[in-house]
Amino acid sequence: MYAQMIKSEGTKREDMSPQELAFQARIDRGEKIEPKEWMPEGYRKTLIRQIGQHAHSEIVGQLPEGNWITRAPTLERKAILLAKVQDEAGHGLYLYSAAETLGVSRDELFEKLHSGAMKYSSIFNYPTLTWADMGAVGWLVDGAAIMNQVPLQRTSYGPYSRAMIRICKEESFHQRQGYSIMMTMAKGTPAQKDMAQDALNRFWYPALMMFGPSDKDSVHSEQSMAWKIKMNTNDELRQKFVNETVPQAEYLGLSVPDETLAWNEEKQGYDFAEPDWSEFFEVIKGNGPCNRERLEARVTAWDEGAWFREGLSAHAEKAAAARMAAE
Amino acid sequence: MTGIAELEAPLADPHLSDEALRPAFFEWLCRMGDSTLILGHRTSEWCGHGPALEEDIALANTALDLIGHTQFWLGLAAEVEGKGRSADQLAYLRDAWHFRNLLLVELPKGDMGQTLVREFLFDAWHHLQLDWLAANSSSPRVREIAAKALKEVSYHLERVCDLVIRLGDGTEESHRRLQDALDRLWPYTGEMFTGDAVDATVAGAGIAPDPASLRPAWDALVDEVLEAATLTRPQTRPDAQKGGRQGRHTEHLGFILAEMQFLQRAYPGATW
Repeated sequence: MYAQMIKSEGTKREDMSPQELAFQARIDRGEKIEPKEWMPEGYRKTLIRQIGQHAHSEIVGQLPEGNWITRAPTLERKAILLAKVQDEAGHGLYLYSAAETLGVSRDELFEKLHSGAMKYSSIFNYPTLTWADMGAVGWLVDGAAIMNQVPLQRTSYGPYSRAMIRICKEESFHQRQGYSIMMTMAKGTPAQKDMAQDALNRFWYPALMMFGPSDKDSVHSEQSMAWKIKMNTNDELRQKFVNETVPQAEYLGLSVPDETLAWNEEKQGYDFAEPDWSEFFEVIKGNGPCNRERLEARVTAWDEGAWFREGLSAHAEKAAAARMAAE
Repeated sequence: MTGIAELEAPLADPHLSDEALRPAFFEWLCRMGDSTLILGHRTSEWCGHGPALEEDIALANTALDLIGHTQFWLGLAAEVEGKGRSADQLAYLRDAWHFRNLLLVELPKGDMGQTLVREFLFDAWHHLQLDWLAANSSSPRVREIAAKALKEVSYHLERVCDLVIRLGDGTEESHRRLQDALDRLWPYTGEMFTGDAVDATVAGAGIAPDPASLRPAWDALVDEVLEAATLTRPQTRPDAQKGGRQGRHTEHLGFILAEMQFLQRAYPGATW
């Protein structure tokens, strides 16, 4: 999940104005809300936070994988990884465009990312140390993202829902390419298999953290679910992810790094260990292994690109002035 | 976008069984594939670090196209060589002195100005080369690859000409950065048009043009774009730096290969 701990600002049902009640009734009926229609300020602000955080995650998410493009082990793997990272930039573009329909510009959102006022998913603050991490990121990180994004195709805000439909098509390709890397390595030389196991060991708990803290500690879930901008609870999605991923790990012949993991017949799901939430909150606060590098890389790209953007704007102004003069 | 497409059933091509032609044909194919590989590598270094989201997408797309072309050129090179090597083995298991790329493409990416001006100077040649090959090459296999690559490179050229014009005629700073890049890269452009015995052999067989023959059209296009961009064509020697196509490289190539080939070198024989 690329949006974590989104602060939700709503009004209790008993305090709602007739207009707010009518809005909620539309959502309850499954209608889509479109950009020019009336919406409560809290709905708009919450969506901007959520879509913005998701967009930032796509952009920052280019970095841990971009880290291995120049070292990809074959031409085909290089081409696939390039295509994947290009898709992520494209997802960022759709999502910033969806956010723009709510009255916030891409530049404003970038400013908030760069100042630290807005976050991106905690997962991208972990380093990619070996080629097997390209497998683990595709398999686990994109896999966790899909768990959240598939239901969001039905979210109440039209532009967000449509962006999610396009994104989901590409994400499932990403997950498959990650699993294909893991499969090749797990069936490869002993060194490759060790590398694959090490990647799973390092990414398992950070992947579980992507769904956000447990529902009992998640203060904003209820309002966001009423607005259908959050479709499932964090714990539901985490459970679904574990249920689907454990058999995949078994198929690879790799061990999930959780000694307590056991099938629970009664709930028809696995019992599993919670991630270390103190680590999660440290990463969110900026103390993860790569927070500083990731943000610096984005700020540097933006600052060093200023002359480029200004040059294009200046040319566009000159061209417009020339057209005016000619008319 | 080439993606990872593979050519379908190979076309019959008499050149592939011509023993006398083989060494020169192999050399020439490596020159094509190595230039697209190394420029693809340099372009991919921008991933996630571009000056605007649209540029991140365009640069990744360009790099992807170039890696796709590499798969085709080096794949054919491996077939022509006939020693059982694959495109990957050529890319990942040769050392620098066996690489045949233009020096221009191995220079560091620099700022966006250097990256764009390099791409412009290269694409202007690349487009002419592919256009000639697709229409005229006596090798059906070469024609087929060139025709596929030409579609993508036509777009690369269009996009980069547009950016060079807009940034050359943008702000004082964007103009200065592009002019600096042009002055720095100009001495490497002559290599694209300097033929040797390998070129004479493949040109003689009708596979590829005489490199010098593409110069007038390249000059015309470059002059046209530079004028629109308000940039000044450098007066320095265009062929002061050359040798990459014969395996004499700058210091930069060794570092590119150390990075690119790391996994294949560290885990010999593994499948990825």
